[in-house]
Amino acid sequence: MIEWTTPVRRPLLRQPAALSALGWLALIGLGAGLAPLLAPAGPLAADTTRGLLPPGPGGPLGTDLLGRDILTRLLWGSRWTLGIGLMALVVTVGLGLPVGIVAGTFGGRIEAVLMRLVDALLAFPSLLLAMAVVALLGPGVSSVAVAVGLAAAPAYARMARSAALEVRTQPYVEAARALGSSEWHVLMRHVLPNAAPPLVAFAATQLGWVLLDGAALNFLGLGVPPGTPEWGAMLAEGRGYLRDAPWASTFPGLVLTLTVLAANLAGDGLQEALRPR
Amino acid sequence: MVARYVGRRLTQATFVLWLAATLAFVALQLTPGDPAQALLAASGATPEEVAERRAQLGLDDSLPVQYTRYLLDLIRGDLGQSWLHGRPVGQMILEQLHPTLELALASMVVGVVAGLGLGVLAAVRRGTWLDTFATTLAVLGLSTPTYWSGLLAILLFSLQLGWLPATGEGDLRHLVLPALVLGFALSGSIARLVRARVVEVMEEQFVLAARARGLPSWRVLFVHVLRSALAPALTVTALQFGFLLGGAVVTESVFARRGLGKLAVEAITWRDLPVVRGVVVFGALAYVLVNLAADIAQAWLDPRLREELT
Repeated sequence: MIEWTTPVRRPLLRQPAALSALGWLALIGLGAGLAPLLAPAGPLAADTTRGLLPPGPGGPLGTDLLGRDILTRLLWGSRWTLGIGLMALVVTVGLGLPVGIVAGTFGGRIEAVLMRLVDALLAFPSLLLAMAVVALLGPGVSSVAVAVGLAAAPAYARMARSAALEVRTQPYVEAARALGSSEWHVLMRHVLPNAAPPLVAFAATQLGWVLLDGAALNFLGLGVPPGTPEWGAMLAEGRGYLRDAPWASTFPGLVLTLTVLAANLAGDGLQEALRPR
Repeated sequence: MVARYVGRRLTQATFVLWLAATLAFVALQLTPGDPAQALLAASGATPEEVAERRAQLGLDDSLPVQYTRYLLDLIRGDLGQSWLHGRPVGQMILEQLHPTLELALASMVVGVVAGLGLGVLAAVRRGTWLDTFATTLAVLGLSTPTYWSGLLAILLFSLQLGWLPATGEGDLRHLVLPALVLGFALSGSIARLVRARVVEVMEEQFVLAARARGLPSWRVLFVHVLRSALAPALTVTALQFGFLLGGAVVTESVFARRGLGKLAVEAITWRDLPVVRGVVVFGALAYVLVNLAADIAQAWLDPRLREELT
């Protein structure tokens, strides 16, 4: 019974759920990259004579009010949604990682100051914080990415700090210190590489979060301009004729949910795969 | 002593709130634009009127003076004036508070009940299909945007079956769908934590001892295991309170409900920054207070923590 609870390290190849999650993410990435080839007509090609066609010969996933093909828009939209998500993730990791690692490695007053700041930011509900940042920067795509990334950064800093703390007390780090290594040397050579695995896993989980929050802001109309094929914005647009053409909002929601789910499953899987022996 | 612990947590909470309020002040200061101009923009005021308003609002004072006044006002519950409506922000928030609070509390009940149920079920039947089912539901809850599950719920229960109203607020029937949707999203993180905790507890000495004494397994489950799962469920629910507030904002938009969400979205669209700041500071206040209450409640609930403190 005891060995059951001992967390087991499992390579990714033996985790079907995580593998299919990574497969889905790769597929979406591919769709984003190849959108001009796969759907040459483009996401804005409208034909009002073909409005609100159900999924079928008129379009595999149907058309919206203006007769634009939903599948085409989803393919092109992955550029917006994934792009915003990845940009936000860069902001999250770019801010959270240095703050957390420095706090965890150096300790003392630096840690106290940094972590109190993180605590204060964590007190703001993250979506509300993101909305406030959008208000300050003015609505727009890059505002949404920065806002969502910023709102997720404190949680990442927390995680990075605890990962660094765990490494800091390891014998080899103490040995390096005893041998006279500078704090920076310890940080770059020992703490960062050894704290990396859980932080990679957590970054995947955070991708799920920023995708959700980014699309939420677009759903609320605070991001991309109207008509943009971003998934959250498509959902909001299709809501207007939910009764007549449920596919126009259902499919963007489904694709978004699957992508967030994939990020979460990939995060869980990486956590198991990268667990220290 | 518990009293000393409460005192320490109280100091901490005050400090965090002060820092959060200061960040909100600095952020608004850094934003270009003249508040007096913004306030009077709609009425086409003359430069003299704007200057007069500036003096009235104390915008000509030095920054430290403005900051001190802001903090003192905040303590008195004065969150400033809306640029768009010229009304006190605190009053505008209070007017919209009721529907949001109603939704948040109802979702919390749904989330805690579903999360506890799923988490305990998964832990007790670990490794079986029930475990897989419950953990899958939990990760789905984490991943499904409420602005999608909400639309699906409207499609099915309002448009197809006609059981419940799709939008608006009023009686309890209007609350069912939004609360289910947001509660489902909340249940995911609760279920995952409860499962991990119950798995741990089931291996612990007192549970093994209770089993060895021959107590029926349902008794062991309800008396020993569930009780120790309650404390972490409480903590995670409090930690998720911020998620709940943010989620309520989006859910309100999906179901066209009045509330803080509508207020915030409108304020952002019109760049009514004092209102945005007010909502955010209010959110931080609510979050810190809920977590303070949860920590204190947990200090009473958890016998081990109580021992540690005394």
